[in-house]
Amino acid sequence: MTSSKMQGEMKAAEYAAGSLLTVAGLPVEEVAAILAATDRMERMAAAERAKILAGRRIALLFYESSTRTRTSFELAAKSLGAMTTLVSDKSSSIEKGESLKDTGLTLRALGAECIILRHANSGAPYLLAKLTGLPVLNAGDGMHEHPSQALLDLRTMLARLPGMSSRLVNAKTLDGVTVVITGDILHSRVARSNAMLLPRLGARVLLCGPAALLPVDALGLGSGVEIERDFDKALQQAQVVMMLRIQRERLAGLELDLADYISRYQLDQERLTARAPEALVMHPGPMIRGLEILGEVADGPNSAIEDQVRHGLGVRTALLARALSVGGFESVTA
Amino acid sequence: MSDILILNGRVVDPASGIDAERDVLLRHGRVAAVEMPGELRAVRGKEIIDAKGMIVAPGLVDVHVHLREPGQTYKESIKTGTEAAAAGGFTSVVAMPNTVPVNDSVSGLEWMLDAARGACVKLFAMPAATFGSLGEEITDYHELARAGAVGFTDDGKPILHDRVMRTALVAAAGIGVPISQHAEDTRLTGGCSMNAGPVAFRLGLRGMTVEAESKIVERDIRLLRDIERHDGLRPHLHVQHVSTAKAMEAIRQAKREGLHVTCEVAPHHFTLTDEAIGDYDTNAKMNPPLRNDADRQAMIAGLLDGTVDCIATDHAPHALFEKEQEFERAPNGITGLETALGLALRVLHQGNGMSISRVIELMSAQPAGILSLAGRGTLSVDSFADVVVFDPAAEWSFDVAKTRSKSRNTPFDGAPMLGRVSYTLSEGRVVFKS
Repeated sequence: MTSSKMQGEMKAAEYAAGSLLTVAGLPVEEVAAILAATDRMERMAAAERAKILAGRRIALLFYESSTRTRTSFELAAKSLGAMTTLVSDKSSSIEKGESLKDTGLTLRALGAECIILRHANSGAPYLLAKLTGLPVLNAGDGMHEHPSQALLDLRTMLARLPGMSSRLVNAKTLDGVTVVITGDILHSRVARSNAMLLPRLGARVLLCGPAALLPVDALGLGSGVEIERDFDKALQQAQVVMMLRIQRERLAGLELDLADYISRYQLDQERLTARAPEALVMHPGPMIRGLEILGEVADGPNSAIEDQVRHGLGVRTALLARALSVGGFESVTA
Repeated sequence: MSDILILNGRVVDPASGIDAERDVLLRHGRVAAVEMPGELRAVRGKEIIDAKGMIVAPGLVDVHVHLREPGQTYKESIKTGTEAAAAGGFTSVVAMPNTVPVNDSVSGLEWMLDAARGACVKLFAMPAATFGSLGEEITDYHELARAGAVGFTDDGKPILHDRVMRTALVAAAGIGVPISQHAEDTRLTGGCSMNAGPVAFRLGLRGMTVEAESKIVERDIRLLRDIERHDGLRPHLHVQHVSTAKAMEAIRQAKREGLHVTCEVAPHHFTLTDEAIGDYDTNAKMNPPLRNDADRQAMIAGLLDGTVDCIATDHAPHALFEKEQEFERAPNGITGLETALGLALRVLHQGNGMSISRVIELMSAQPAGILSLAGRGTLSVDSFADVVVFDPAAEWSFDVAKTRSKSRNTPFDGAPMLGRVSYTLSEGRVVFKS
């Protein structure tokens, strides 16, 4: 008897349709639908777009500070005409020890139809979705995932890589594309989401970093994911290079010599020009200029960092429409 | 108390070397006779249990349960916990000391063992090995043993300091009881909530390495060797809930060397792997954590080759609101008394060819032997009338809604089981009937 057989089947439909908790189970057709809706909404006149979620209530529940993700979701919701409310751990009953469950039930009782959750604990969005029955959008959970970031990164690649924009989004869209993700993979939810999403569209994901930040267990993320410790070798194969912040606050107990890290893994112009002059440079932010990346690269012609932020807004409007099954997503819940 | 006659069953009593059709007479709370079918029919004034098609075995013995009383009776009480034990076929359970307050005194131990607590099966207890289970100063082993302690443990926590562990082993050796160790080097597991490996990486959870377990086991074995050589004593180390191949191998070697080491494995560790966590299911969160399949197979191998001395549940009830939390914040532990026999028969007997007799031995005679529980774990004449009668062929699914425990934290809701308990008798009283 295999252990999976004995462990029983995963309970289906525990989470409301329109939830986005992980990219792992997201069918490629749904990815295509989300990106198509992103295009649609971006082309719409602002006044028309503002009718899509007019009068609907969306709660942003943020247990961790965030600038771009929170603002991006909030502006996306408002551009669709929704009413938003922000609950953060610093200024709410959470500070008094209220549980995630009770906070979620309170928001539901107040009429929230969708909750966007950022949380320091991996898996918290599953709990919230299960206990409230509401669609939940995972805006980053612990070291686990950041699904909307992976989708906006994908959209950025499709927009910027040569010959991609006209391609249909399917399992072969990124055939021949190697995406190098470099840095603190161990603590990065962005790395996990990208490493799980991009191979399903045909990309090869090369994870790069020292063992302390990139254990071999990362290969368990799935097929299409490989490890290359030598950044220069990785770069030579890259069409896309995604740099990650070194999370100093999470380095306690790890043996990492920052000076050594910088010499081996920092993306500077010289390295980029020598190894991958055409590669698209990405970074999910926040960036520490001078540590994992130099300013000249971040602001240079290869950089897609601002595109990522811009695309985040579009992708999140699509995710909100999908969460509330409007704007072309009416069939999701049918 | 009237006589009880159990007729037509297949008596499986490994301690007596019996696996055959026998009738059993229970009288005055003891086993009065075990005879060939038909020979006891003349006994008068008796209650009859027809055990046709059933196995009649010694009541099961669990050396590792948490009954949460005193202090946390919203999770479980001695009464409800022992009722769950009876439903699972257990007639002797050993309560761990991590109650509130910690059971580290004679008065605390006596209070726990008092009949007023309402235990419906025989309750034993292991008090704390150190005051407050803080790992610093050992408790009064002599006085506690006189009051009924069957061993000492800081369960839930390891005794980390070599010097304290050595003192504990020496003191326990003096009175012939084991030190039961929760083998976890907590200096290596801070912030960890599951097994280290690819699943933990994917879920973004910090993982406990197998070394966190094996290092403590290896350290304790070194201490045993040292005490045997230098103090002329023979201390008994009992390793709780072994979960890793590495620790299992260390125990196997220590046994070959002749050291007095025993160990237990919990049903969840030979049944599930860390994949069972699925979408952060806190009902699959326990300590030691569910490991990978190689470790799971090593637990089965250890059970088959005799390295493992007994099966113990580590029954650890928690209230729903405690488990309905973020995975990393939820408490460790699952209930286990009502699923242990069904899982052992399914996984070990049906799945891995272990004889039913051996499964019963690992759940009765062997655990009773480890703690020298006289008259328990056997149906030999004059032993306590602790009996379980079960249908070994019944396939069923565990339904947590019907649990006798106050808590429902189990990953086995709906899981298939083999072998269903029909009757449990504790010292001649029917304490469970299906």
